[in-house]
Amino acid sequence: MSDHELRVSKIRNGTVIDHVAAGQALNVLAILGIDGSEGEGVSIGMNVPSDRLGRKDVVKVEDRELSQSEVEVLSLIAPEASINIIRDYDVVEKSRVDRPDTVTGLLSCPNRNCITNDNEPIASKFGVVADGVRCAYCGDIVRDDIAAHLDVQS
Amino acid sequence: MRQDHLISAANLSRESIEAVLDRAAAIDADPAAYRQRHAGAVLALCFFEPSTRTKMSFDTAMKRLGGTTVDMGTVESSSVKKGETLADTVRVVEGYADAIVLRHPSEGAAKMASEFVDVPLVNAGDGAGQHPSQTLLDLYTIRERAGLDDLSVGIMGDLKYGRTVHSLAHALTNFDVRQHFISPESLRLPRNVRFDLHESGAQVREHTDLDAVLPELDVLYVTRIQRERFPDENEYHAIAGEYRIDEETLDAARDDLSVMHPLPRVDEIAPEVDDTEYARYFEQAHNGVPVRMALLDELLTQAEAER
Ligand SMILES: [Zn+2]
Repeated sequence: MSDHELRVSKIRNGTVIDHVAAGQALNVLAILGIDGSEGEGVSIGMNVPSDRLGRKDVVKVEDRELSQSEVEVLSLIAPEASINIIRDYDVVEKSRVDRPDTVTGLLSCPNRNCITNDNEPIASKFGVVADGVRCAYCGDIVRDDIAAHLDVQS
Repeated sequence: MRQDHLISAANLSRESIEAVLDRAAAIDADPAAYRQRHAGAVLALCFFEPSTRTKMSFDTAMKRLGGTTVDMGTVESSSVKKGETLADTVRVVEGYADAIVLRHPSEGAAKMASEFVDVPLVNAGDGAGQHPSQTLLDLYTIRERAGLDDLSVGIMGDLKYGRTVHSLAHALTNFDVRQHFISPESLRLPRNVRFDLHESGAQVREHTDLDAVLPELDVLYVTRIQRERFPDENEYHAIAGEYRIDEETLDAARDDLSVMHPLPRVDEIAPEVDDTEYARYFEQAHNGVPVRMALLDELLTQAEAER
């Protein structure tokens, strides 16, 4: 049994998000709104050795398949990630994530003076630019550490 | 203009800018012809921040087109004070007016507000964001003397928070203009404006010192450096002093330089400059009326056509 398997066991049905940048696993779960409260099985491997990334995180969620919009959102904080849909222990779909054109309601604008941070009835909206995201309202650009601006509702 | 609202100068094309400026020139040449053009139309003035000249200029423009205005009044006296959202305010005001002019302290306010209304909405300043109608009158003023191509334009002062600066910089990318930005290090252009200028392929240079670039400028656009941008009073005085214009500064300038300013100025341009050929800022302010008449005419005519 390899080191990898010791940390993260196989699942029967669900989704495996592999090649997540080290340290981002909890953000991935936050984005997907997964906190175990629905009774789903969740396992996380952090800082797992990886040929491609040196160290990577792996997230496994049982009995849950990601929707296309969830995949798009994931691509912003985990552009290197690959997504495996598992059915009856078999990988039925394996895809790299594609970056979306816009992201709505998931990130909060870092500009404190932005209208999206006032008490207005709108969701935040970001356009995806070459190396970051850009607020559709104030134009502010977030390049590094997009995950730090995750607007996670607890 | 082929757009419903005027939110940011970044969405203005060369054609749409020229259409408004040409119309403004026609209005300037024969204002009487426009006197009844929008008789019966109502413009709502929603200023969530104090303003005298922009508000008066829109007020005058609408009345000279034969229309009338309704004024929200100050924030202190309105329902905003009671916690009403901007989205609610504009949805209510939309029922009273054929167009809305909005100034608000938050960046992106006009963009958001425009998503809640069907009448044309003009951004008259959103925090440190944009002020595109000011830009149209700035361009009109520049064009009158020097045209809008093959120019060197220097923009000086508070480039970080200056919304008139951001709008002007965006709009100038439509023309063959070399843009020079002159400011203290701490008040350089914000990252998003820089990004857009870079994307547009504009010829842009940044300076901390006016002397190096002044002799080649056709236009020097001066903006105020505000006291509250600096934690320290002495530092403010030292820095603001370096970006002040007087007759002596202008010795190095070309004879046909236009010195412009969105006003109000405090002391960044010495009064002695007012009487020189360089001074264009009062003329610039006066141009606000025909240019805003042209803009309102464009937006109202289009909205009527679509109804
Ligand atoms: Zn924003």
